[in-house]
Amino acid sequence: MGLGSDMYRQQILDHYKNPRNYGELEDPTFTHIGENPMCGDEIRMDVKLDDDEETIEQVAFSGDGCAISQASASMLSGELRGKTVDELLEMDRDDVIDMLGVDISPMRVKCAVLAEKVAQDGAEIYQGDLDVEKTTTEDD
Amino acid sequence: MSQQNLESLDVEAIREEFPILEREFDGQQVVYLDNAATTQTPDPVVDAMSDYYRESNANVHRGIHHLSQEASIAYEEAHDRVAEFIGADGREEIVFTKNTTESENLIAYSWGLNELGPGDEIVLTEMEHHASLVTWQQIAKRTGANVEYIRVDETGRLDMDHARDLIGDDTALVSAVHVSNTLGTVNPVGELTALAHEHGALSFIDGAQAVPNRPVDVSEIDADFYAFSGHKMAGPTGIGVLYGKQSLLEELEPYLYGGGMIRKVTFEDSTWGELPWKFEPGTPPIAEAVGLHAAIDWLEDLGMERVQAHEEELAAYAYDQLAAEGDVEIYGPEGGADRGGLVSFNLDGVHAHDLTSILNDHTVAVRAGDHCTQPLHDKLGVPASTRASFYVYNTREEIDKLIDALDDARALFA
Ligand SMILES: Cc1ncc(COP(=O)(O)O)c(C=O)c1O
Repeated sequence: MGLGSDMYRQQILDHYKNPRNYGELEDPTFTHIGENPMCGDEIRMDVKLDDDEETIEQVAFSGDGCAISQASASMLSGELRGKTVDELLEMDRDDVIDMLGVDISPMRVKCAVLAEKVAQDGAEIYQGDLDVEKTTTEDD
Repeated sequence: MSQQNLESLDVEAIREEFPILEREFDGQQVVYLDNAATTQTPDPVVDAMSDYYRESNANVHRGIHHLSQEASIAYEEAHDRVAEFIGADGREEIVFTKNTTESENLIAYSWGLNELGPGDEIVLTEMEHHASLVTWQQIAKRTGANVEYIRVDETGRLDMDHARDLIGDDTALVSAVHVSNTLGTVNPVGELTALAHEHGALSFIDGAQAVPNRPVDVSEIDADFYAFSGHKMAGPTGIGVLYGKQSLLEELEPYLYGGGMIRKVTFEDSTWGELPWKFEPGTPPIAEAVGLHAAIDWLEDLGMERVQAHEEELAAYAYDQLAAEGDVEIYGPEGGADRGGLVSFNLDGVHAHDLTSILNDHTVAVRAGDHCTQPLHDKLGVPASTRASFYVYNTREEIDKLIDALDDARALFA
């Protein structure tokens, strides 16, 4: 048996141990929090849009959680820069799993998609299309 | 009884009755250490249930034909067997439900909603399972009663001084877990019940983690209500037990209504049938009752003292092995007579879900999460823990496999 599962490839562990864009933005356009109750993970995503109010200029995340949810947030924070809000809203779980580049076991998919869901819900709240305090992965 | 004198379980012979323990994933045999969630089911129990379906299946209570008679007798005798197993006075005191959770809810709705009001106190413990914690919280909200929690101290035991402070004349109910599914603590439920009774309160004991692995005598505890689940004691899913003192059950309103529970029905009104049937409307879990009966026979053949000794031995071994690791934080009391057969822990720097995924790569099946004790995890200051829990078929070698696999997690996350 090799070291760990396919889930814990170097790139995941690297993002977990050295998270990119970790912290909070000074003047985010929108910010949102979500949790994965199964793991007790909680993530906050801060997003700052360009003057065109379309293009994502900067993303930061903060929070605590397992390697999968944290690495996913770290990668997503880089991935989203330069994308439009519409492109963010079009992402689905397959896009997240492609981004992670590893097989995610079925029971861990909620960990993987937490950051994406939080960012998407934050965007929808910002656009006035959604009204929730806190995102949770429980109900999908 | 001195456990030194007990002949230990013949684990090798026991394992032969559990073909599932032979399962392999990626060429590795499963190491099943998630028994506090659900235990595996031995062949004699599976056989009893399939024999029932093959030979005796019919609806109960209402048929005059042979098959219905056989099914009814089997179903009713399962109540007698459970009563005998836990020291109840008879079938009148044994209500079959779906699981422990439903048993809690039955009393919460039948008794709690009808009897509680503003100023009444429900005393729980900080180590309650959500099955009771969430249920009584909601009943309190609806009735205006208050919920208070007996503190858990640094050693993972109940602070009994605090219990004596909390339980008073306003207390209407003390509901406590017999063995904690997270800390493994065996609580002094007899003492808690006596405290409740001194103040005219009732006691409800959640025995989901106790009945499977130690002798339990509800009359010795003097509990008013006691609950457990078939699927955690080598029995099937879909059946749970509510024990209640007959004098109390007689007074209670049913919480589910329907057929099979009535004495007389007119267009205007209905009256209720005998105990325990007045709490079991509709077609009950008949095959499951047969399975539970078989599971109890099977466990008593092993001997509950020996089951307990085996669990304590494995828990103490796991505790010591984990404690020797240095980078492992363990929750709950040290191994010994007041710890049931489970150990919850965290490995430094590795989230419980990551650790559990890595253990799964070694086909070591454990559980990660808050184990339905979220407020307790908040108090422990961790979002989640990893729990290894044992049963009659587990061995020291299996615990060694868990310990060995920790190295992989360290190597990955170092
Ligand atoms: C202490 C305790 N109480 C209650 C329950 C709930 O049991 P069930 O899911 O069978 O209703 C469990 C098991 O999860 C438990 O460990």
